[in-house]
Amino acid sequence: MNLLKKAVLTASVLALSVSASQAREQIKIVGSSTVYPFSSYVAEELGATTSFPTPVVESTGSGGGMKLFCAGNGMNTPDITNASRPMKEKEWNLCQKNGVTDITGAMIGYDGIAFAQSSSNNDVQFTRTQILLAVAAKVPVNGKLVTNPYKKWSDIDASLPNREIIIYGPPTSSGTRDAFEELVMEKMTKKMAGYGKKKYHTIRQDGVYIPSGENDNLIVQKLERNKDAFGIFGYSYLAENSDKIKASKIDGKLPTPSTIADGSYPVSRSLFFYVKKSHISKVKAMQPYIDMFMSEMMISEDGVLKTIGLIPMATDLRNKVQSSVKSLTPLTEEMVKARTVIK
Amino acid sequence: MDNYFHIPQLAKRKAKAKRFKYIAMMALVASVAFLAFFLSDMIIKGHGAFTQTYVKVPVLINEKTAKFTHLAVDRKEYGFMVSRAWLRGLKNTLKDTPEWMNTNKERWTLANSNVDQFIKGKYNRLKPEQIKKIEQMQKDGKVERRFNNIFFEKGDSKIPEFSGFMASIVGTIMTMIITMLIAVPLGVMTAIYLEEFAKDNKFTQIIEVNINNLAAIPSILFGLLGLAIFINFFGVPRSSPLVGGMTLALMSLPVIIVSSKAALKSVPDSIRQAGFALGLTKWQIVRDHVLPLAMPGMLTGAIIALAQAMGETAPLIMVGMIAFIPDISTSFLDATTVMPAQIFTWSGMPERAYIERTAAGILVLLGILISLNAIAIYLRKKYTKTW
Repeated sequence: MNLLKKAVLTASVLALSVSASQAREQIKIVGSSTVYPFSSYVAEELGATTSFPTPVVESTGSGGGMKLFCAGNGMNTPDITNASRPMKEKEWNLCQKNGVTDITGAMIGYDGIAFAQSSSNNDVQFTRTQILLAVAAKVPVNGKLVTNPYKKWSDIDASLPNREIIIYGPPTSSGTRDAFEELVMEKMTKKMAGYGKKKYHTIRQDGVYIPSGENDNLIVQKLERNKDAFGIFGYSYLAENSDKIKASKIDGKLPTPSTIADGSYPVSRSLFFYVKKSHISKVKAMQPYIDMFMSEMMISEDGVLKTIGLIPMATDLRNKVQSSVKSLTPLTEEMVKARTVIK
Repeated sequence: MDNYFHIPQLAKRKAKAKRFKYIAMMALVASVAFLAFFLSDMIIKGHGAFTQTYVKVPVLINEKTAKFTHLAVDRKEYGFMVSRAWLRGLKNTLKDTPEWMNTNKERWTLANSNVDQFIKGKYNRLKPEQIKKIEQMQKDGKVERRFNNIFFEKGDSKIPEFSGFMASIVGTIMTMIITMLIAVPLGVMTAIYLEEFAKDNKFTQIIEVNINNLAAIPSILFGLLGLAIFINFFGVPRSSPLVGGMTLALMSLPVIIVSSKAALKSVPDSIRQAGFALGLTKWQIVRDHVLPLAMPGMLTGAIIALAQAMGETAPLIMVGMIAFIPDISTSFLDATTVMPAQIFTWSGMPERAYIERTAAGILVLLGILISLNAIAIYLRKKYTKTW
């Protein structure tokens, strides 16, 4: 072990002498795996059409990205973090504590979360309450919270098919799971007397809900094989695999670009990125990258990101966000609390 | 009377031996079948990626479209079939071929991945009238499948038809150079010291047990170590071949030490004793007699350790090499990605065209691994001495 340690130390010292910590040319981006395809598309476009080097985009998950982003102002911290949900207060506080106080937030559009099954099945309609009762660890029965007893959909509601409940979904590290817990579970339980009108978001762990990794393609493959199962994943995977799987209606709405953008499809969320303003003067490519991302060519109704699954904002909201980002409006605590990035 | 030599259990024993032979054979058949299934699945899925579709469409080039290149082809008529990457690159193409300026001719362009998938008979999102148009163009000879240069020249792209494997191949080579430079000399020297020079006491025994133990540690832990020491403490640039190579070197070290020690151990003691008898020093014996004999075994161990490191993704997640990095890196400090990381990234993409690229990437990786292992076998055969 001693020898090993010495070896490692010598090697590292050598490496250190090679890499003096210099101002970077390349933008470093981390964050959500949902925003990753859009972010890297813009990164590639920047590399291909300008003289700036292509930014490095890492998919770390929204939470992981915030942690790296808020670690400090040093040049070895990321310049931009992507998020499939607005910054949390906890993360805002962490940023403040580490001196990352000058941040600009940008919203780029929406993503819908589909609740889908193999396309060989009959169509099924759900309400959010029914989905909640299928996935929650505890459900109210006769006024008391008990361990979820439901094994079949027809146990929850007689109108639902007599099929075993099997749900493939994202693991806890995923922003998709955060959004699902918030939009389907917390929103419903807040209004339900059975949960004491409190937010509840614990997903059952008795094998009915199967966490299936960050790779949504795996969930699609599993749905193809297991006809009984339902899956929870991002809209772009639904659009790309419409020969194999189909979405079910939730509260009477199918996930389509228009229902997701106008908010009538209940399980949709907004996508963001956050910029570390103290790096803008040091990394020259940052401003062009931000401008390109917020341009009409990328995020508008006719933008190219739409072709790879981004659901664009309505024109007036888009214009508001664009001008807010253009003037690098600083993020404030009020904005974080209001879960937005514009004033 | 019965045969005096007849042993009644003999038939049973022979049957038992036969049964055992068949069971062992079945195990072999099963593992070969698994491998064959995996390989044929990859070839069926991946062979398509080695060709790429091109379409011949009218391209209008004038002052305006040279600036806004997405207007160079008629968006309504041909927009769906021409790759955005081709249009985006038109500006650079014009620099090489200025004679294209102010022309309106039919030119061969890279096809959109949906058209490409249609031509390859796979699922695509083309509309029926678009399919009709492509079929008409096919009859007119305006659709062509060519060898996929892009796959072997370019790096990753979010435009499936424009994405390639080369950046990750280069990244792997650079990472492996670092790994080799660190792990092989350190590993071999450690093994020589432990096997030839060190005294056999409690202390060296503890070291040996620890090294054997290290060889079995899950590789992600080396990634964490790399993140903590190399990136956070020493400030080596994240995602660079340098940090990736050093992390993988940590992982390969124990394997190289263990195999080198085994190679040294297999050199018969009589050789060392003969050396002593002739009055050689320990150093002379090791250098001139033991090392040459142990070399083939050491080489094999080192190559196998490197092949293993080459296929590793888990530790590289931690040091930031699983990322979108389309540029081919030119220095050991630039961000880069490696082959297994590229395969992992493609496997998670929603676009269906990435499926064949994932499989093709696996085939290329397998090809390189097979040739590395073949080299290991060749070296062993060539340098092995018998006595």
